[in-house]
Amino acid sequence: MFAYIVRRLIGAVLMLLLVSLVTFGIFFWLPKLAGQTTDQIAAGYVGKAPTKEAIQDTKERLGLDEPVVVQYGEYLKALVVGKDYKAGPVTDHCPAPCMGFSFRSSQPVLETLLDRAPATASLALGAAVVWLAGGISVGVISALKRGTLWDRAAMIIALSGVSLPIYFTGLVSLALFSYSIKIFPGGGSYLPLTTDPVTWFQSLVLPWVTLAFLYAAMYARLTRAGMLETMNEDYIRTARAKGLPEKTVVTKHALRATLTPIMTVFGLDLGLLLGGAVLTESTFGIPGLGRLAIDSINTGDLPMVLGVTLITASSIVVINLIVDLLYAVVDPRVRLG
Amino acid sequence: MAGTAPVADTAGAGEASGAFLDVRDLKIHFPTDDGLVKSVDGLTFQLERGRTLGIVGESGSGKSVTSLGILGLHNKRNSDVSGEIWLDGKELVGASQNEVRRLRGRDMAMIFQDPLSSMHPFYTVGNQIIEAYRVHNDVSKQVARKHAIDMLGRVGIPKPDKRVDDYPHQFSGGMRQRAMIAMALSCDPELLIADEPTTALDVTVQAQILDLIRDLQQEFNSAVIMITHDLGVVAELSDDILVMYAGRCVEYASVDDAFHRPQHPYTWGLLGSMPRLDRERSERLMPIQGSPPSLINVPSGCAFHPRCPYAELNDGKSETERPELVEVEPGHKAACHLPLEKRREIWADEIKPKL
Repeated sequence: MFAYIVRRLIGAVLMLLLVSLVTFGIFFWLPKLAGQTTDQIAAGYVGKAPTKEAIQDTKERLGLDEPVVVQYGEYLKALVVGKDYKAGPVTDHCPAPCMGFSFRSSQPVLETLLDRAPATASLALGAAVVWLAGGISVGVISALKRGTLWDRAAMIIALSGVSLPIYFTGLVSLALFSYSIKIFPGGGSYLPLTTDPVTWFQSLVLPWVTLAFLYAAMYARLTRAGMLETMNEDYIRTARAKGLPEKTVVTKHALRATLTPIMTVFGLDLGLLLGGAVLTESTFGIPGLGRLAIDSINTGDLPMVLGVTLITASSIVVINLIVDLLYAVVDPRVRLG
Repeated sequence: MAGTAPVADTAGAGEASGAFLDVRDLKIHFPTDDGLVKSVDGLTFQLERGRTLGIVGESGSGKSVTSLGILGLHNKRNSDVSGEIWLDGKELVGASQNEVRRLRGRDMAMIFQDPLSSMHPFYTVGNQIIEAYRVHNDVSKQVARKHAIDMLGRVGIPKPDKRVDDYPHQFSGGMRQRAMIAMALSCDPELLIADEPTTALDVTVQAQILDLIRDLQQEFNSAVIMITHDLGVVAELSDDILVMYAGRCVEYASVDDAFHRPQHPYTWGLLGSMPRLDRERSERLMPIQGSPPSLINVPSGCAFHPRCPYAELNDGKSETERPELVEVEPGHKAACHLPLEKRREIWADEIKPKL
């Protein structure tokens, strides 16, 4: 078990290296391939009508004249041991893991990421609770009432949930519940949990439900299909033959087996969302990692984009590791090693 | 043989008779898009405590559907069950689902064919036995666990106090079937239905499991229904044999009668399908021609007539009229149009010498 975890962690680090390499390559190497000079690249970071000195300064500070491999090495080195940035007489020390400074705000990338992460985590985890509860219960009931009006209605709603994009359902819900009927505050009203728990909750209800609707729809269909399959298993017949009440048969025997594969999907979904729910955050004006990613891409803030990408990749890798470890707990047939 | 013979009903419809298990005119139909599947179509038999009835027939003849029907395991939404099933004076077909559920596991239990898929992969063997015991007995987990270990020991699992915490996949096939039997017997059921309990096992283990079932039956004095397509298993264990074809009983006899004086061409065919090592290779098998009929379009008249080599001897009666199950000898019933004398002649002259 321990060896397995170590092996998986090494794998995770390699995976993150690969992700950072690809991202780094896209932003620092592709422009060169496309024929841009380092002056042109640097000019992109200085503002309108840059002076020669400013460009020169930026090039030196970012090491743009170095070969891309060296730049990437520097980036990795900074992640592990930190880095000192010289800006005139002042030296900014950026402690490990240093992801550099934002080109735009000059804030350390890591600090900004950590600042934005709670909003995204609030959104993703809250939505996950809603969609797991909603999707799985609807899926189970649909499977048990297969072919009835309930089942058909639920599956049609689920299908529309999967098909409707968030910027549609989100805007409709805002129009309905925030502007027409003023139950919930409008977009952009998010406050951190530690600052104002009531506003935090109120401002997140609509985003939670909107985001959860999409996922609940998928999970309802997954659960329904899984339950239908499991209910035909021989061990369900055995459970009934023992004289167990139907409730026990469904929850303890059938649902347990159905949820195991769903756990894997959930790990992937949650990992991805923790890296930023781009559409939901944009629609509801939540200052999370997804908004940060969009803003950074729009302004060409490369260190920030790299940072968000690495955070997203890390959360997917870590949550998948957790899911795989949990799998061995849930399904005794799985032996890790 | 009187104990298990399907004697003429002494009790009228809706009344309990003296028999421990009394199945009367049981019909189990499944409406499907293609038509009504008549899996069991008018089955009647009785069984006493301490006796074993072997139900034999090809796949799709309605054996397993019958057993699941007795346990009330058919979904009311997709099946029609009619007729009467009396278990120890209680009628089951008309009883509420909850009443039947309370009897399941406690008064009647079942051993399934494939013990690996029939046990939940995520729970330990012990947990599954404990669960079966605790549904019907209000005892603490510790007491139930002791009982589970005791049961595992009785079915011959070595070191039961250790193996109780193993998962089904950690058991061998034979061990799993033993554990399955321990689970079925955990509440001392008076009726035990074994649905092809040895089909998934290799032969040496088969013999052990059959031995075990026989010993346990004597110990618990339960009534046993042994469902199988293996006549060897029936010969080994059963007191009586019920031969099913297309959802109906075509022959009912004591084991002795069924093997030595069978009265139905289908039973002859089943006997001929048993491999014999003491014959020339080419003569070892005499398979029944054709395949089992569709249960949606059961052949008219005698359901067996398209495959019966003697159907022409009945002047077309086989195609038009369904033969009734009639007593040909005390305790021996068969449903065939052939005159009894003719059947005895065919058996003695044509079939028996070749077996």
